[in-house]
Amino acid sequence: MSKTWLDLWVGLFVVAGIGALLFLALKVGSMSSVRMADSYQVSAHFDNIGGLKVRAPVKSAGVVVGRVSAISFDDKTYEAEVVLSLDKRYAFPKDTSAAILTSGLLGEQYVGLEAGADSVKLANGDRLSLTQSAVVLENLIGQFLFSKAQEGAPNETAQ
Amino acid sequence: MIKPLQAIARLGHHALASMSRIGLATRFFLATLLRSGVAFRRFNLTIRETYFAGVLSLIIILVSGLFVGMVLGLQGYETLQTYGSESALGVLVALSLVRELGPVVAALLFASRAGSAITAEIGLMKATEQLAAMEMMAVDPIARVVAPRFWAGVISMPLLAALFSAMGIFGGYLVGVVLIGVDEGSFWSQMQAQVDFQEDILNGVIKSVVFGVAVTAIALFEGYDAPPTAEGVSRATTRTVVTSSLAILALDFVLTAFMFRGVG
Amino acid sequence: MDNLVEIKNVTFGYGARPVLKGINLTARRGQVVAIMGSSGCGKTTLLRLIGGQIKPNSGSVRVAGQEVSELDTDGLYLLRRKMGMLFQFGALFTDMSVFDNIAFQLREHTQLPEELIRDLVLMKLHAVGLRGAAHLMPSELSGGMARRVALARSIALEPMLVMYDEPFAGLDPISLGVVGNLIRRLTDTLGLTSIVVTHDVQESLKIVDYVYFISAGAIEAEGTAEEMRASGLPFVHQFVHGEPDGPVPFHYPARPYAEDLRLEQ
Repeated sequence: MSKTWLDLWVGLFVVAGIGALLFLALKVGSMSSVRMADSYQVSAHFDNIGGLKVRAPVKSAGVVVGRVSAISFDDKTYEAEVVLSLDKRYAFPKDTSAAILTSGLLGEQYVGLEAGADSVKLANGDRLSLTQSAVVLENLIGQFLFSKAQEGAPNETAQ
Repeated sequence: MIKPLQAIARLGHHALASMSRIGLATRFFLATLLRSGVAFRRFNLTIRETYFAGVLSLIIILVSGLFVGMVLGLQGYETLQTYGSESALGVLVALSLVRELGPVVAALLFASRAGSAITAEIGLMKATEQLAAMEMMAVDPIARVVAPRFWAGVISMPLLAALFSAMGIFGGYLVGVVLIGVDEGSFWSQMQAQVDFQEDILNGVIKSVVFGVAVTAIALFEGYDAPPTAEGVSRATTRTVVTSSLAILALDFVLTAFMFRGVG
Repeated sequence: MDNLVEIKNVTFGYGARPVLKGINLTARRGQVVAIMGSSGCGKTTLLRLIGGQIKPNSGSVRVAGQEVSELDTDGLYLLRRKMGMLFQFGALFTDMSVFDNIAFQLREHTQLPEELIRDLVLMKLHAVGLRGAAHLMPSELSGGMARRVALARSIALEPMLVMYDEPFAGLDPISLGVVGNLIRRLTDTLGLTSIVVTHDVQESLKIVDYVYFISAGAIEAEGTAEEMRASGLPFVHQFVHGEPDGPVPFHYPARPYAEDLRLEQ
């Protein structure tokens, strides 16, 4: 094997390998956590976040506009504090509300933003005051049973 | 001596022997790192070894990657369709490959393809006194022979793992989208939404670099340490494959535990 | 300084097993010195002591006035550039062509332009008669040719001392004569000093100036080739004439034969 051929093969190998890495980085993965610099952070308090996880998407009108960057528990209000990183390209009114929603019946949970009407826009470090907690299936079923039981109780006495 | 005492003595002997081997291997590894200057100053030495370690492993890596991806596509589809979430097939294939199978399987293949070749080559060079001849010519064999091979392995491994993953994702796409008919849009978009560059891809690359260091270092040490006989070299070659495979799997567990603990 | 290599009272052992027990040996400049003895008597160990690959337990090994065991790595490597060594089976680098094998040291140790290296390599190859084999790989060479290439490689840097470890082992009679003549001729024309370790008595007695006989780690006899041929010492006589039994017994030490076979009872 002459030296030129050897160099050529190794060159091709390296180019192909780097190409594969780029393919993985650009086509397969999302660069979200790399582009954190181009985002601004807002926080929101929820009574219950259900199964929400860090890195879950933040959507508005179904479009991904950011990601959940941190989740913590506030032991003063006994609420969950969720920090959202929103894409700098999208500005939201100050009275925007956040809700924890589920994609499909059993799908992953995400944060949905419903834009308000305020003329002042959200800025870095702001806090969303209007929030709607996750729907926890057990609670829902519990409520349903409870209301059924309440419905049934007066009937019984009437008979 | 009484039987149990003998057994304990033998255990002690084995323990001491393996400890001294580990010490020897560590010294060898450090010497390789310290005398790596030549491998970079005369980079064509390293390029040459990259051809033998990397380019010649390409075929097996690409073909295996394709098949592993195709199997993942097939099996993943079977499982996912039970829950009606075939659209997550892309995520399943990509995450399995990028996080685990890509680095691990590529490293296992690399150990048996390139690692064994390195051990056999170095062992034979030792058995035929080529290393001793080099030393008598005032050329340090660790700097001239060992270090370029080491760096070639460290460079090749992540590239091979990336090619394996890319090929596997293509295989999954082939089976899932082209053959079975999963929606192409959701295949790619769900994948992109779920696979994170830093958490998944970068960590996968870090894994494969660590595996590359481990496999190449083990292969070089086994070759350098092999008894200078035909039997010694063949045993060392076998030991390279066994030891580095175990090392890959053990390191994978440790790295996974560190990297992905906080996520998910 | 007439003596290039001076070995005084050297002892050496691998672990508890003594290999050399008080060796005295000198090689004068321009001489071909042979170290002879039966297999496993410590001849190769002696070469490795001179090359500084191992250190003696006691005694001194001086090459060109320098105490080899006291040199640090850099000093040792500097000294080795002035030494050539021909290994038992040539030890050619199997992944390089004949040309690259001989150019190896020139490329490693000098900054010479490639043109000049080419000329030097071809000159060395011409000296051993293998200029036409420059492009071959070591696997394509016969045993005798490989030995000659290795010889050309060991003189690539024009050393002052060349050591030969069993240069005649496994060669056919023609190659044997060729290699023997080359050793003598190169020593004379290049002004080398040669130390030949061998057990091939007839071939080496034709070319050497001085002979040391080693047996069981000690010098048994020494002298010029003529003196050795005429020697009356039983060991030398047995060795030179290749007699199967003598001071070096045919049998490995054992219990009496009859006793081992349990014939006495």
